[in-house]
Amino acid sequence: MRMREVFRFALRGLRANKLRSGLTTLGILIGVGAVILLIAVGQGSGAAVQARISSLGSNLLTVTRQAGGFGRAAATRTGTQSRTANLTVADAQLLASSDQDPDVSVVAPVASTSATATYAGATTTVNQVVGTYPAFLPISNDQIATGSSFTAQDVNQHAKVVVVGQTVVANLFGTIDPLGKTIQLGGVPYTVVGTLAAKGGASTFADPDNIAIAPLSTVQDSLTGFGSLSEIAVQAKDSGSSNAAQAEITSLLTESHHVTAATQDFTVTNQASLLSTAASTTQTFTVLLAAVAAISLLVGGIGVTNIMLVTVTERTREIGIRKALGAPRGAILGQFLIEAVLLSVVGGALGVVAGVIGSRFDVDGIKPVLVPESILLAFGVSAVIGLVFGSLPANRAAKLHPIEALRHE
Amino acid sequence: MSRRALPICAPTMTAPALPADSLTGSVPRPSAVWISGLRKVYGEGDAAVHALRGVDLDIPHGDYVAVMGASGSGKSTLMNIVGCLDVPSSGQYRLDGIDIADLDERQLSLVRNRKIGFVFQSFNLLARTSAFENVELPLVYGGVRGPERRRRALAALHLVGLGDRIGHHPSQLSGGQQQRVAVARALVTAPSLVLADEPTGNLDTRSSYEVMALFDQLNAAGRTIVLITHEEDIAAHAKRAIRLIDGLIVEDTRLAPADGLPPRLADAYHGYGSGA
Repeated sequence: MRMREVFRFALRGLRANKLRSGLTTLGILIGVGAVILLIAVGQGSGAAVQARISSLGSNLLTVTRQAGGFGRAAATRTGTQSRTANLTVADAQLLASSDQDPDVSVVAPVASTSATATYAGATTTVNQVVGTYPAFLPISNDQIATGSSFTAQDVNQHAKVVVVGQTVVANLFGTIDPLGKTIQLGGVPYTVVGTLAAKGGASTFADPDNIAIAPLSTVQDSLTGFGSLSEIAVQAKDSGSSNAAQAEITSLLTESHHVTAATQDFTVTNQASLLSTAASTTQTFTVLLAAVAAISLLVGGIGVTNIMLVTVTERTREIGIRKALGAPRGAILGQFLIEAVLLSVVGGALGVVAGVIGSRFDVDGIKPVLVPESILLAFGVSAVIGLVFGSLPANRAAKLHPIEALRHE
Repeated sequence: MSRRALPICAPTMTAPALPADSLTGSVPRPSAVWISGLRKVYGEGDAAVHALRGVDLDIPHGDYVAVMGASGSGKSTLMNIVGCLDVPSSGQYRLDGIDIADLDERQLSLVRNRKIGFVFQSFNLLARTSAFENVELPLVYGGVRGPERRRRALAALHLVGLGDRIGHHPSQLSGGQQQRVAVARALVTAPSLVLADEPTGNLDTRSSYEVMALFDQLNAAGRTIVLITHEEDIAAHAKRAIRLIDGLIVEDTRLAPADGLPPRLADAYHGYGSGA
């Protein structure tokens, strides 16, 4: 009795009921495909977030206003709201000029908003209209592609000039050269003096190229008003000094705002901690997706058991005949076990194909990143599922009493 | 017991010949079937059903036995035990000298494969499986391989006159043809014993005649045959008729000597002489 013969019987058994075998396979296919694809999506979104964060600027620290409290905490602080709410150009100047922050190299105050931009009938919404100093560009890792940046003089003169990102160029100008053209930004005319090189990266988490950068004074004049800054962008001397820079900024601002650590009205975010937070967030996200997919794989496995139980019942007579002809228990067990494993392994292989093909497409704007381990894992699990979930029905078949099996109608 | 402990000899495919055991040496060959005090009880206590109440039976090689009896007389139970599909509650059974009580399940399946060929009333061929593959099946389980297996399966099919139907599925064959496939499957392993459970029960008269002629021929070639039947004219093909009533043998009639030709062939012997 060779393995090959048992294998042949198993194949024949599956072929006898093609539709049923196909649907059972489909259950595993979906499970395995989902595991691979969803893990890839999780990885892809993680990679996208990280790319987005690092495209912001390598040694970037940002000082933002403390997110306003809600409820009682906010109510008790109402009296000092004007003070706690503000992040001012003076703060930025303090950070730039103080000698107590040796790890800070460049500082740029930022007032940002979003606005509608129009040019010759074309309209687009610019997510980030950034009013700042020229120093912002190197801090945020923005490169000038054509034209030039605005200058410190432009800031002083409230010049209505703007540097736009590639998405804005594409949406407003198409193939026209944007340099020297005048666009309406929130109803105010700005002259385009430069374009930024594309950063690319995650499109779901805000397009980094959908940006317009203009002098701080101009943006405050026309768009944001002269309230608090949105943030102060700070570049640390090098990537190793960002933690030191964070501490120095915190201590300087705590002093100048007359607050303590508990009542602090600003937040200093540094790239490194942002990255690790993002990494752990996407990790959780990936695990969650994988868990959902694993459940569908489990359901597929139960489908295998179910179908094999039906098969064994249906073919009780066949089993009786085989036993009467001298089939040992092992041969019957092997036949049905192989049927179950074939169902799940074929489903698993097709699922791998489906998962790999599926991950070549963008899913909700995320480019999935295949994890080779997930393919091995999903395929391995599908084979194990066949063995585990097939053993119950196969055992039942092997234990059938030949006489009773032969009597079965 | 190893796999090789029950060697298969090539089936005797030639037409009427002397029984094989008449040529063996001085040691007498054990009976094909030897049964003593065989009892079978189903259930327990008040609900117990005594299917067999002490059967003694000795069937030498080359014999051709018809077991008769009303339904519930225990003939199917006897057949199941003789076929090693069931075990007796008490009593002894030796198949070809092997005490069946000593065997475990694996060995029993080996015995079924090597020593016994079954023919059922309802044919019991595997559906969606060609005649050839059906006949091949016992050889597959017996570990016979490649060309040898193919040769023997084809020879068995030719013997039952279906050499031109090897690729047909059961659904494409008539009842008589299906039963002949079943007969080919039963004898392809050259078993010590062919067991037929009402083999003509589902067949018309003509097909019944064909199948019985086949059994006669097999027996003439030395094959031991036990067949269960209701019908007197079917039983008349056998060399010996046994009647069971309520689990006991009440009649055991010898119709022809065990080592001669079966009665119907003996009658027609002159017609066979030169033709084949």
